[in-house]
Amino acid sequence: MVLEIIISAFIVIAGIFGLVGSLGIIKLQHTMQRLHAPTKATTLGVGGVLIASMLYFGLVKGQLSFHELLITLFLFLTAPISAHFIAKTFLQANIPAKDLPPTQSEYGWSVYVDPPKREPDED
Amino acid sequence: MITSALIFAFGCFGLGLLLNLWRIATGPDTADRILALDTMVINIIALLILYGIWQGTAVYYEASMLVAMVGFVSTVAYCRFVLRGDIIE
Repeated sequence: MVLEIIISAFIVIAGIFGLVGSLGIIKLQHTMQRLHAPTKATTLGVGGVLIASMLYFGLVKGQLSFHELLITLFLFLTAPISAHFIAKTFLQANIPAKDLPPTQSEYGWSVYVDPPKREPDED
Repeated sequence: MITSALIFAFGCFGLGLLLNLWRIATGPDTADRILALDTMVINIIALLILYGIWQGTAVYYEASMLVAMVGFVSTVAYCRFVLRGDIIE
């Protein structure tokens, strides 16, 4: 009984977090603000669902597996990378290069300037 | 009790999918659409795992793992294409 309450609480909290993350995509005003909602809230929601699944299969069904932790780890690792790429896409399309601060190195910002030429020794 | 919680979570993530579709349809920028597609993939992973709990089988774990990997790769590929006009330079 206690186990069912814990699993149900995980599922309900995860559902609320997922809904908040998707609501933020509609509600927030600017693209850079919208980037916050799914990368944090929805990822946490999926983490809650995966923990509930792990508890259910491990303690109710009796077949404990840590596969779900793999998905959680994968999502937690890849969410910031996707957010970084989307932010770069937005910057390149909407912000002119002169609005950015200088990089204080001999190369410019990577989105706006072509990568430096390498020596052709690998070909 | 778990059944009621599952129905509630199905409703939450399904509604989230609809909201993401709205952002894809009206998003003013390409970055908004990529972001909404990425969120859709994450919501679909959650729905698949909830369906696995509902059915009581661990088969859907494999499907959600594949969806997670394909979703991440497609997001990065879409962003690279918009950024550089080429996916692998």
